Amino acid sequence: MGVLVVANLSKAYKRYPGKWARTLEWLTGHPRHEKTWVLRDINFRVEPGESVGIVGVNGAGKSTLLKIITGTTRPSSGEVRVDGRIAALLELGMGFHPDFTGRQNVLIAGQLLGLHREEIGTRFGEIEDFAEIGEYIDRTVRTYSSGMQMRLAFSVATAVRPDVLIVDEALAVGDAYFQHKCFARIRRFREQGTTLLIVSHDKSAIQTLCDRAILLEDGVVIRDGPPMEVMDFYNAIIAEKENATVEVGRLQDGRAVTRSGTGEARVESVTLLDEQDRAIEFVNVGQALRLKIQIQAYQELPELTLGYMIKDRLGQTVFGTNTYHLGEPITNLLPGDRRTYVFAFPANLGPGSYSISTALHTQDNHLAANYEWRDLALIFNVINIDRDYFIGVNWIPPEVIVEE
Amino acid sequence: MPDLIMFRALWTYRGFVWSSVAREFSARYRESLLGAIWSVANPLAMIVIYTVIFSQLMRATLPGQEQQPFAFSIYICAGIITWTLFSEMLQRMTNVFIEHGNLIKKSNFPRICLPAIVTLTALINFAIILALYLLFLAIIGHWPGWLLLALIPLVALQVLFTVGLGILLGTLNVFFRDIGQLTSVVLHFWFWLTPIVYTKTILPPSVQEMMRLNPLEPLIESYQGLFLTHEWPNFAALLPLTLITIALLLIGARFFLSRVGELVDEL
Repeated sequence: MGVLVVANLSKAYKRYPGKWARTLEWLTGHPRHEKTWVLRDINFRVEPGESVGIVGVNGAGKSTLLKIITGTTRPSSGEVRVDGRIAALLELGMGFHPDFTGRQNVLIAGQLLGLHREEIGTRFGEIEDFAEIGEYIDRTVRTYSSGMQMRLAFSVATAVRPDVLIVDEALAVGDAYFQHKCFARIRRFREQGTTLLIVSHDKSAIQTLCDRAILLEDGVVIRDGPPMEVMDFYNAIIAEKENATVEVGRLQDGRAVTRSGTGEARVESVTLLDEQDRAIEFVNVGQALRLKIQIQAYQELPELTLGYMIKDRLGQTVFGTNTYHLGEPITNLLPGDRRTYVFAFPANLGPGSYSISTALHTQDNHLAANYEWRDLALIFNVINIDRDYFIGVNWIPPEVIVEE
Repeated sequence: MPDLIMFRALWTYRGFVWSSVAREFSARYRESLLGAIWSVANPLAMIVIYTVIFSQLMRATLPGQEQQPFAFSIYICAGIITWTLFSEMLQRMTNVFIEHGNLIKKSNFPRICLPAIVTLTALINFAIILALYLLFLAIIGHWPGWLLLALIPLVALQVLFTVGLGILLGTLNVFFRDIGQLTSVVLHFWFWLTPIVYTKTILPPSVQEMMRLNPLEPLIESYQGLFLTHEWPNFAALLPLTLITIALLLIGARFFLSRVGELVDEL
């Protein structure tokens, strides 16, 4: 249960040149429409219990793909095979009628999901508890806040563990407390073997929940692999300007390094040094570090910013800054000019693997002009050699004071 | 067998269909003080108006029924009540997919549920009005007795005819929105081309001949005969309508099944 296979899936919408074109086509049997392809030859397979993130810019075809998987829309060719019950958190609260109470709406929404009256009846208490809307359950949905509606809808949609769960960015609604609750429930389903399909722009959601990510661009799968690698590539695409290139290399451990940008300036080398200027890979918690970055300009650049980010194993940014914010702008570069920057800081990090990404751009971010963006420019490990045991990604050593 | 799958899906979703029917009723009258009375008010108003105008103001009488003071009322109601079932079902079915476009676009459920909900809702409305009508017949001492059983095949035939035509038009309407407009125009003409508020005998013989082209005419005539003169329906006269119904159901189902996947792209 829970296998999802998408095979040679394509979808085209028909476009008719005029009002009468369809009539003529139906009468004569001679096609008169043009096809707009929104998905082309999509193939992937998701194993039971696996969770896959689907990413892509707006209009890449994510929604159409999900609609086809849930069966709302039919593909033009190819097929989707789903083993087991599928539940989708796409349009939460869609089936809700504003003039009916939460209780009545729960019944109909459940039935719309294919549940029986008795099944809903036995789970009603659970649904009510999870939504936490209190006495509002017996008031009309019209009086609900959007957060309450979404809580109730999520609660119904996930009342019975599905074999395949499809989650859209819908989860971005609701307060932080409820989001945590939602994610906890999704994680629990996943542990129990539910296959997960998540569409989101939220990098951290994808990286923490998914084993794999699929990147769609213009209706084609352009990347399918580990979430961190795919998200880096995705970010590179977003930042990518005309005549920019995106290259992907591989590290020795098989992880991909993404380099993108227009190339007016490049990072030549990145090294992590200890206080004695020796290159190191293993770092003790709290050790003083020196990050040395060498850059070279390939064109005349009146102004340049060099930035770096330290990311944890899941790709979450732990810390990031740049020369603009540090008040050290780089100015008046001529083609061929080289500069070396050293950033000295203590490794106030928890044990684990970290990576460093570098960026070269103008002003304070890479959105206006992106000369170079490099993910996984360097990898290092933090180990706890002589500090008191602690957990987490940060080292924030406390002083214990016992008050009488 | 896609037809079979369609019926099985409908059966699986019967709970949804029933709740939707119930919801439709309570939604209609939820915020009104008089509630369900309004579902009776409309046809009742129509009956009263036609009875007053035709039998009282215009002194219309039915040949052979001079001794029954309510003859014209019985005649008109028999036609109007059943015609209302037909026109309400057909109009709602023609628009049912467009009306629920949002639901179709956003969630996956057997689309055939929607015409089923319309049919059940219309039938319940019909049952309420029919009950009032039967009460009226009992009070004036014109109770049809066992003849009422003949109503079952007649209504069944009418509903199947409407479902076949309704699904065909409803599906077409998604692709060509003219169909919905056209249907309501045609229904106006159809009403007056069927002897409901007048009797066939007032027409010249040549026009009476042409009326036989109207497949609903023998059906309505059967209802009127059943309630007014207490005669069994002439089932032989209903044969053309039965054949048309079978054809419509087959065409409607084929057409619906072949286009149902495309529906969502057009809504």
